[in-house]
Amino acid sequence: MADEQHKHEEHIDEMSSHLLPAKATILAPGHTFATVTDKISAVVLSRDTPAAWLIATGGFGLLAVWLLFATAYQLARGIGIWGVNVPVAWGFAIVNFVWWIGIGHAGTLISAILLLLKQKWRNSINRFAEAMTLFAVMCAGYYPVMHLGRPWLAYWLFPYPNTMGVWPQFRSALVWDVFAVSTYFTVSLIFWYQGLIPDLATLRDRSQNKAGRIIYGILAMGWRGSARHWKRYDSSYRLLAGLATPLVISVHTVVSFDFAIALVPGWHTSIFPPYFVAGAIYSGFAMVLVLAIPIRRIYGLDDFITIKHLDNCAKLMLATGEIVAYGYIIESFMAWYSGDIYDRYVMLDRMGGKYAVFYICLISINVFFVQVLWLRRIRTSPSLLFIASVIVLAAMWLERFVIVVQSLHRDFLPSSWAMYYPTFWDITQFLGTIGLFAFGMLMFIRFLPMISIFEIRELLPEAHVTLQEAD
Amino acid sequence: MNDPLHILNNAGPAESTAARRERFWRTLEEAMDDPAVRARLGRELPRDEGYLDPVSRRRFLQLSAVTLAVAGVTACTKQPLEPIVPYVRQPEGMTLGNPLFFATAFPLSGILRPVLVRSNEGRPTKIEGNPQHPASLGGTSVFSQGSLYDLYDPDRSQTIEYLGDVRTWAGFLGAMRGQVNAQKALGGAGIRLLTGTTTSPSFAAQVNALRKTFPQMKWHVYEPINRDMAKLGAKQAFGQVVDTRYDLAAADVVVSLDANFLSGEFPGFERYARDFAGRRKPDAGREMLRFYAIETSPTNTGGKADHRLGLKPSDFQQAVRTLGSLVQATGATAGDIPGPFGSFVLAVSAELGRARGRSLIIAGDHAPAEVHALAHQMNAALGNVGKTVFYTDPVEANPAVHIDSLKELVSDLQGNKVDLLIISGVNPVFDAPADLEFAKWIGAARLVVHHGLYQDETSAHAHWHVNAAHYLESWSDGRAYDGSISIIQPLIAPLYGGKTEHELLAGFSDNPDAAAYELIRGFWQSQQGGATGTRSAPGAMPGENAGGTLPPATPDFEIWWRRAVHDGYVGNSMLPEKSLAVRAGAIPVAAESAPNQLQVVFRPDPTVYDGRFGNNAWLQEIEKPLTTITWDNTIWTSLALAQRLGLYEAAMQQKQNVVELELGGRKVRGALYVQPGMPDGMITVFTGYGHTHIGHTGNGFGYNACAIRSSDAPWSAAGARIAQTGETLPIAKIQPEQQVHAGDIGKTTRDLVRIGTLEKYRQNPHFAQAAETQEPGTHGPDELPKDSLYPGWNYSSGYQWAMVIDLNSCVGCNACIVACQAENNIAVVGKEQVLKRRPMHWLRVDTYYDDLDNPRMYFQPLPCMQCESAPCEYVCPVGATTHSTEGLNDMTYNRCVGTRYCSNNCPYKVRRFNFFLFQDWNTPQLKLMRNPEVSVRSRGVMEKCTYCVQRITKARIAAEEEDRPIRDQEFTTACAQACPADAIVFGDQNQKDGRTARLKASPRNYGLLEELNTRPRTTYLAGVLNPNAALHTRDVQEAEEE
Repeated sequence: MADEQHKHEEHIDEMSSHLLPAKATILAPGHTFATVTDKISAVVLSRDTPAAWLIATGGFGLLAVWLLFATAYQLARGIGIWGVNVPVAWGFAIVNFVWWIGIGHAGTLISAILLLLKQKWRNSINRFAEAMTLFAVMCAGYYPVMHLGRPWLAYWLFPYPNTMGVWPQFRSALVWDVFAVSTYFTVSLIFWYQGLIPDLATLRDRSQNKAGRIIYGILAMGWRGSARHWKRYDSSYRLLAGLATPLVISVHTVVSFDFAIALVPGWHTSIFPPYFVAGAIYSGFAMVLVLAIPIRRIYGLDDFITIKHLDNCAKLMLATGEIVAYGYIIESFMAWYSGDIYDRYVMLDRMGGKYAVFYICLISINVFFVQVLWLRRIRTSPSLLFIASVIVLAAMWLERFVIVVQSLHRDFLPSSWAMYYPTFWDITQFLGTIGLFAFGMLMFIRFLPMISIFEIRELLPEAHVTLQEAD
Repeated sequence: MNDPLHILNNAGPAESTAARRERFWRTLEEAMDDPAVRARLGRELPRDEGYLDPVSRRRFLQLSAVTLAVAGVTACTKQPLEPIVPYVRQPEGMTLGNPLFFATAFPLSGILRPVLVRSNEGRPTKIEGNPQHPASLGGTSVFSQGSLYDLYDPDRSQTIEYLGDVRTWAGFLGAMRGQVNAQKALGGAGIRLLTGTTTSPSFAAQVNALRKTFPQMKWHVYEPINRDMAKLGAKQAFGQVVDTRYDLAAADVVVSLDANFLSGEFPGFERYARDFAGRRKPDAGREMLRFYAIETSPTNTGGKADHRLGLKPSDFQQAVRTLGSLVQATGATAGDIPGPFGSFVLAVSAELGRARGRSLIIAGDHAPAEVHALAHQMNAALGNVGKTVFYTDPVEANPAVHIDSLKELVSDLQGNKVDLLIISGVNPVFDAPADLEFAKWIGAARLVVHHGLYQDETSAHAHWHVNAAHYLESWSDGRAYDGSISIIQPLIAPLYGGKTEHELLAGFSDNPDAAAYELIRGFWQSQQGGATGTRSAPGAMPGENAGGTLPPATPDFEIWWRRAVHDGYVGNSMLPEKSLAVRAGAIPVAAESAPNQLQVVFRPDPTVYDGRFGNNAWLQEIEKPLTTITWDNTIWTSLALAQRLGLYEAAMQQKQNVVELELGGRKVRGALYVQPGMPDGMITVFTGYGHTHIGHTGNGFGYNACAIRSSDAPWSAAGARIAQTGETLPIAKIQPEQQVHAGDIGKTTRDLVRIGTLEKYRQNPHFAQAAETQEPGTHGPDELPKDSLYPGWNYSSGYQWAMVIDLNSCVGCNACIVACQAENNIAVVGKEQVLKRRPMHWLRVDTYYDDLDNPRMYFQPLPCMQCESAPCEYVCPVGATTHSTEGLNDMTYNRCVGTRYCSNNCPYKVRRFNFFLFQDWNTPQLKLMRNPEVSVRSRGVMEKCTYCVQRITKARIAAEEEDRPIRDQEFTTACAQACPADAIVFGDQNQKDGRTARLKASPRNYGLLEELNTRPRTTYLAGVLNPNAALHTRDVQEAEEE
């Protein structure tokens, strides 16, 4: 416990005023440093694995293995196994890419922006939200590579000196994507890992077996919790947070450029960057809730992930949902206002064409259904919130589907118009990435502390006691 | 002591080392001081020494020959003993890597289509029209272009077979010897020869020569797509069979009576399309031609008409009769005219009356004989004969009426009179009228020999099958539609040792092993008459025409022959005009379909014809004109009929769209298709599908229309019944959406195909260009943004390649698509992939309708627009598609990683992606077929039209070698070269006096989707219609509204 004492001493000033009003709701009463540490580290260090974890890992693991198989099959045959065609040359792959990238956004937002804004309630959800980001970005990153006609040449998108004497074409938004997504992943990974270090040291110290001590010991990088450690930890953590903050905005902005800089009617619109970012955070928080609600139930972590957390997430969802709704309105309005016949037609077709059912679904969810979150009763009911979040995730997937597919299938020359139908491989590869994501999350839950131990301890009243003594 | 080594080895004893050191020496031999060497050194020119090699030259060559011979022993087939010599000395005019062109001719239903064939290192790789031949003028049809694939089709018959066992040609000849000898005694009474239409004078002469041995032998002709009706009509009108030739260039008013003369199947199509298009230019000196089409089943010819009237067969005959009486007499008024065609026919007859001697009435090959006779009468009454219409002897060597000829054969078969049935080049088991039950009666022949390119339905019923040589492997001859003679010369030795029909026939003669070359050359030599100058007229049998008039003799046959083969035709060999008097008086009324019954018309398929191209992957996969359907034939119905039958939803949704069509007790099952412009009360069926035995490519697609065809009513019949089966057959269309105003909102239209009337054009020649500026909020050509973040490229110097496509000229025949496919090694993907919307054609012909009942049809060929500010280029992350300094939008296949972003961002959707490995990398024949100058694309890369950049490069190399700039129209792209209507013009737009630049300056010039600021290099010339103000049809009304 000595480590923590030191740490708190370093952080006297800022903690004094902000924590007191929140502590009643973001952390159940009656906890001490010891109980917090015990409770969270027990999930990892326990020899008893919950049956639910085993079942879920088995199921999602199988899906992940299927992804491996489907990928091999696709590499062997070509992307013709999907439903993509001309004119709809982008299908599920890009829809899923945008969807997964969007989901990743909540993690960075929680860990970086809320940290800088000193929202202490983030301390109990930032760890697994960051892990969620990492796995979501991995799933997202799978698609842009695998959707290439020749995926083995994906490295040509990177600017590196090579004997071919060729260079990426920097006017293409896809090159920007490469930078945006790879930077985002790198920063998220470092941020997440740095946040883990004190807790890894805790696990090292508490581990009951040698393997655990060695592995956690290596991962903890010699963390001893000295004042110097904490000081450096703190300043670099905040620096990284500052670095990650613009990424929350930039990644999905750049992703939206994939569409906005093209001249396809339905893509070529300037509302896309803010609308995509809001949509990303919106779906990201939905995913946080979808993960948090079962976890707190299964592992009995209600004390740390309280109703207050769910409530806050739901409020953020609601806020970003309203921005998304505004985006829909402006998108339709601009299509009409521009007077551009192609834009107008695509918008009309969106509302009344062959894919209209998807558009109607997503509008009724993202514009109308999401308003139920105004009700406190829904926001504070874990099960209702869980259902609402799943619905929101589905709607946001539909939104990407409508943008990508519906716009392409009705472009300029009617002679090229055609429908897009996903194939068996489209659907199961998507399920496979869900499997990969869930499998990754389950591994994380089992082997790493899913809630930041030391940051929860910061929320304890004891932390303030030491603070005053130090004065 | 010849061996120098021997000298060295034995050096020493003659001299001591010290002594040797004192002398200077030049060679080792000298140093050794061998007496033999010393002797040799003294001689100035040593000979007979054998030099250093103990093996003599003679011996070496002997051993080499043995080695080569033994090396070949392992092969199973004995190769013919022909000298195969590498180019020790390069043949004159040939450089390896540079293709050569040879003139030959492609026979389609006997009528030759003159072509030039490109030969790359001995492999024919591309077919072009023969620009010097008046029947082609450089144009080609889908069939000529596609015939190249047949040559390399891996499913072609490759062996001679007897009851399924492989035999040799000698074995076949041996087997036939017995038959021949047996028949000699009978005078050939048991021999029947069944061929398709042939125009070959030498073949006719061969048959006649054979008749000397077998006077009782009979020669039957049958093809499902025949010109029986034209022959019968000519007999009615003139009492004899004549061919009719038209001069569209001299006509001001053209009326088509169900004549699809702008489609590849029509004899003379290439020439007619050129003449027609030439007279449809509103800015040309002469008044624009006005074209009326009265037709049953819609065609692309009807689609080009200023006024098109669709009528079911019974109404059609009525209308023609009415027109005939109106043209030939006067006094009829609108009130007298019955039927739904009154005002139309009246207006047409009035117009014809005003254009005497400048008008032209063309009757279609499928129209009843009565219509042909009436057309002859009308043309005579209008004074068109000798001005726009010409009569000649038939070009066919055996101008028998096919149906009668086949009926006679079947009745002989039924009478057990046939001992030996030789079937050459036709597939009657597949395509004979069903009521003749040919498949059943063929068994009555004692021995059946089938000769053809494929082991097809007929060969399955034959004892012997002889694999035929493709025309590109053959020596033969024949006539074009105008009678001019061409010698067909081979481009390659037969790939599978196939035999020509000449060689087959010779097999029954006294010179069974004659080669086709000798036969053809011998025939023409005999025609030239040798030294005495006499010409042996081929002994024609009564009623047969062994080739009409033959060209005049020249003193030196060798010169004549070489010139004929080189040019691809014999100059001035057109059949001379005949002056004929039309029989006056009433034409016998053709058996009329009961007007209230459902009528059926039979039509040749526009791409697989009568089924002979059934296994031709190129022709299967190009869009059929009008429907853009691939890989299937459908049953066309009008919208109203489909609705009445309760099948509208089925046909439109392609769900449970398979119907059972019953005609005369016979049934077929096919997919129903609602074709805009179909008259109510009739359906159209197409021949050429329903193959069961042709090859892997073609088996199992579509239905066989001949299975319900009857010999009494081959082209139209009544009394059909349609029943839904509940089955579903997805129809693979290249272009699922064909409404021109699809996607329009309110009064804003997608102004993709711009068409005006002649009147409108005269008022405002720039009507097509004004369209952009009229629309508020969009950029007209003059309003293109001048400023850009990126500095523009200066395109004012150097070559700037550009293309102009005249929408008025394009007849929608689709020849350009196959030409592009052949030139650019474009893969065929198959029906399933077309259904998934992944066809690979770099060029498509968009076909739009503006109405379902009586539509106008618009054809818009769409290659890459080569945009100056190309939307595809800036989105490519790896720079695989870039702009060349000459304005080409280049595609670097090797660099492409396959993001498909370029395709998404292409507003014209002309980019094609290899979703799978669509190219066949394994079949050896298909490797031979490919153009060596175009890379064969692999899986995962994007490809697109390059303006045939390989041709540009070749022209540039040629020009640079001669230190001159590339001349205007020195070369052109494959599509432009193939176009019979001259609708596509390609060239350097910087050459201000060049053809391209002049067309670009036309007021009709407009760019597709120019408002997107793509600055397309491919532009269009707006179409101009020439409607008759007397006909208050939509065209005129619209013009008035504007």
